[in-house]
Amino acid sequence: MRRTDGILDRIDWLTVALYGLLVLAGLLNIYAAIYDIDNPAPFFSFGHNAGKQMVFIAIALIIAISILAVDYKVYDTISYPLWALFILLLVVVLFVAREVNGARSWIELGSFRFQPSEFTKFATALAIAKYISRPSFKITRLKDAAILILLIGIPALLIIVQGDMGTALVFSVFILVLYREGMSPIPLILGISAAVIFLLALLVQNHLYFWLPVAGIAGLVLFFNRKSVRRMVLILIAGILVIGMFESVGYAFDNFLKPHQQNRILVLLNPNADPLGAGWNVTQSKIAIGSGGLSGKGYLNGTQTKFDFVPEQSTDFIFCTIGEEQGWIGSMILIVLFTALLLRVTQLAERQKWRFARVYGYSVATILFFHFTVNIGMTIGLFPVIGIPLPFFSYGGSSLISFTILLFILIALDANRMQRLAH
Amino acid sequence: MNQSRSYIIQGIFVLVGVLFAIRLFSLQVMDESYKAAADNNIIQEEIEYPFRGLIYDRNGELLVANKPMFDLMVVPSQVTIKDTARFCDLLSIAKNEFDDKLLKARKYSLVKASPFLKQLSLEDLATMEDYLDEYPGFILQPRTTRSYTYSILANALGYISEISPQEIDRDSANYYHSGDYIGKSGIESEYELYLRGQRGKKFKIRNVRGVEKGEFKGGQYDTLAVPGLSVTSTIDRELQLYAEKLMKGKAGSIVALEPSTGEVLAIVSAPSYDPSLLTGKKFSENFKEISQDTLKPLFNRPLMAAYRPGSIFKIVQSLVALQEGVITADTRLKCNTSLIGCHNGASHPFGTSEKLVGAIKNSCNPYFYQVMRKMVVQNADESPYLDAKIGLDKWNGYVRKFGFGSPLGIDLPGEKGGMIPNSAYYDRAYQGREWKYSNIYSIAIGEGENLVVPIQMANFAATVANRGYYFTPHLIKSIGDSGKPLPRYTEKNYTGVDSAYFEIAVEAMSQVVKSGTGQYRAKLKDIEVCGKTGTVQNDPNPDHSVFIAFAPRNNPKIAVSVYVENAGQGARAGAAISGLLIEKYIKRDSAQLYFEPYVLKGDFE
Repeated sequence: MRRTDGILDRIDWLTVALYGLLVLAGLLNIYAAIYDIDNPAPFFSFGHNAGKQMVFIAIALIIAISILAVDYKVYDTISYPLWALFILLLVVVLFVAREVNGARSWIELGSFRFQPSEFTKFATALAIAKYISRPSFKITRLKDAAILILLIGIPALLIIVQGDMGTALVFSVFILVLYREGMSPIPLILGISAAVIFLLALLVQNHLYFWLPVAGIAGLVLFFNRKSVRRMVLILIAGILVIGMFESVGYAFDNFLKPHQQNRILVLLNPNADPLGAGWNVTQSKIAIGSGGLSGKGYLNGTQTKFDFVPEQSTDFIFCTIGEEQGWIGSMILIVLFTALLLRVTQLAERQKWRFARVYGYSVATILFFHFTVNIGMTIGLFPVIGIPLPFFSYGGSSLISFTILLFILIALDANRMQRLAH
Repeated sequence: MNQSRSYIIQGIFVLVGVLFAIRLFSLQVMDESYKAAADNNIIQEEIEYPFRGLIYDRNGELLVANKPMFDLMVVPSQVTIKDTARFCDLLSIAKNEFDDKLLKARKYSLVKASPFLKQLSLEDLATMEDYLDEYPGFILQPRTTRSYTYSILANALGYISEISPQEIDRDSANYYHSGDYIGKSGIESEYELYLRGQRGKKFKIRNVRGVEKGEFKGGQYDTLAVPGLSVTSTIDRELQLYAEKLMKGKAGSIVALEPSTGEVLAIVSAPSYDPSLLTGKKFSENFKEISQDTLKPLFNRPLMAAYRPGSIFKIVQSLVALQEGVITADTRLKCNTSLIGCHNGASHPFGTSEKLVGAIKNSCNPYFYQVMRKMVVQNADESPYLDAKIGLDKWNGYVRKFGFGSPLGIDLPGEKGGMIPNSAYYDRAYQGREWKYSNIYSIAIGEGENLVVPIQMANFAATVANRGYYFTPHLIKSIGDSGKPLPRYTEKNYTGVDSAYFEIAVEAMSQVVKSGTGQYRAKLKDIEVCGKTGTVQNDPNPDHSVFIAFAPRNNPKIAVSVYVENAGQGARAGAAISGLLIEKYIKRDSAQLYFEPYVLKGDFE
């Protein structure tokens, strides 16, 4: 390996290219989302979101170049202090932030506003990478597991307290990173099972339809394990837990979720129940996307997005603009670009020999994956409406800059992976 | 092991991508309903209501016009009312009414206009128009309602009102929308297709707040409203006004026809109502009141009231018997009151043997008892029962050719056919028991089972005036500028009776007025009126007074039937009103109208 190669020769240009395409497509679609047929604004203007997004892109580029320029070892060094700093900011934000859409997430300094919770994602990613890369780390050890839970749980809890459930849910995706690093798949399976039971409990009207299959499966398993008393006891306990959880979902749903959260879940299960009220967002979003057809209505020709039927068009529902104006073909291009980026980032992570870099790489991949899945999933009625942006695409400085930092730290680490080996 | 977990994770990434691809394919490519939903979101259909065709009388005088009216529409999403109480005052509605109406509009659509208050008149508008611009979300939609130059002809003209859900269901052409007006009765209903015109449509694009954003596809789907065709009625407004005046305070009907065309010159159903009551926002209230009136003003008597014809039917009997050859004009038959009662007097003592004209002139019941027997009992079969059946059915065939026994086909809805009995009818009525002439003889003099409607009586008078044929009576002589009625009204309907026999009937009817039962009140100076009285038994109530007539005898201009319920002898109310109408129509302003005070007084006993 030529050690004299410059950084530009070593970075993964494929990732950078995918990033660039997504940012550019995002910008064009933000312009389409804010475009007013009666009064078209020029593309280059700072009076609208697309113009502002250009400024954010410029800032993001400067930050990206800076990230590549500084010594890659600094990320390892600053990971804990950075995490602590953002925890501090998350606490501060609770006291200084105004409530916007039911959440206190923004710190405002004059005309400058930013959302610490966006940046806490990569800070947490760095912190757990740092912790897992300790030579003595063993995931099966209680102390190590507990510290990981704290590193992930504290920011998540603080963000829940802010009232931003969507962003907090992103932290659950670290479970995939831990799985890659050797954690037993049981928590993952239990988590998915719990989600399935939760949905079934809300969907199944007659509880007998749940009880009978569960009893049937338990009975079969008991039959095949009838020689071991210990296993039979375990199976019975498991069965009772499943039924117990199923039966308590109703109570939990009514008492632990806010009304708007309940609505979002109910709307997902039955979108036609209240199309003008709680179901409005999803109904309109599906109409906009569905009316795009195979090849779309053409750039700037979308009617549903132009006439404001879709809410939050340039941020959380930006995908509607593509769906409506570019149709299935355009949507597929976006999905292929994103999936390619996710796979590429996973491959970058996998080729790291330094555990810190690998764990961080997986964090990047899974955070992007979570945003991509939930954001597009909600616009097409597969997930409840959770207000999180589409990475690189949605309008918003905090989101664009934090995702840029998240990705470019990985690109920087990857570019220097051979140096690390040389140590 | 961890390497394989990397593949699992990458597998999950790809799986989600594939899932999205499939979901999007079904949403965007397979399911067409989202395109419709998107159009429904942005396209607002604005209706331009066409101008409904006007109705003129035969001399070009306006009978029915349009007057402007407004529906107050609301777009709930745009509504911001600071002071609801003041707004309610302005519209003169109660607060809870306001809430109900707004809620109903919201339920229909937040962004589409729906009616809030309907049928506001210009006067209603005067108080609120200046303030409406302070209330966003409320728009005035111009409509029209009917207005009437004279309060006449209510049942013949009919009325329009909002279409019912059932009518929308029946509309196979899918022309009508909820909220449209449609002709519900009379000419308005019968000529709906011509009068209504063609609705215009404009497709506007609007955003989520209902704000207009221009024309949809440059207006290429927009259409202009096409006004409805105006129609010219056969009605003579002056004669109609006079006829209604004469029938004031009475129950019954008048029909006046022009024999040479079948055009209805006047048609009165008494009692009637003021047609302007069934327009505007008080429609429902007024309609309820009118439809519950015990005098049944909505019952269109000239077309719907089936009465026994009484003695006017003797003319029919004469013509049928002459054509069948069972009598001649010279046949004398004795006034044998042991057969059936008769109104004998100085001119027609007991036991006289009149010829046909004399029998008609004196309305001799026994004469026509015997004529009908000759008609029915022709010895076509050995059995007297079977013989009666054959004879009766032959008779029935003749009578039906005069337009009796089934609707004539006038251009108004609800026409009844009356009833001319045949053998099948009596078989049913006698439930298998035998019957013969002696059981059914009262039909001989227009009593018994015979039922006719006044329009048929007038049509019969016109048939005699024409000496053997008639044009189906109709009320519209020209649709639009065509100058022509519907084609079925220009065809002659022949009775199958020789015109020579009609001359005998004409002579007899002339005698009736000159010196018979109808003399005195129907007789006119300078005009030879031909008529026939009828006094229809109506036990235990007073008899109905019936008169049919036409005039002048040669080249007749008008044929009438007058039916006044419970007014006694045909020679009184019926004859007097017929005379007045004929004189008024023929002489116009120089008519002397001698019996007008007698008729207006209305005391015929």
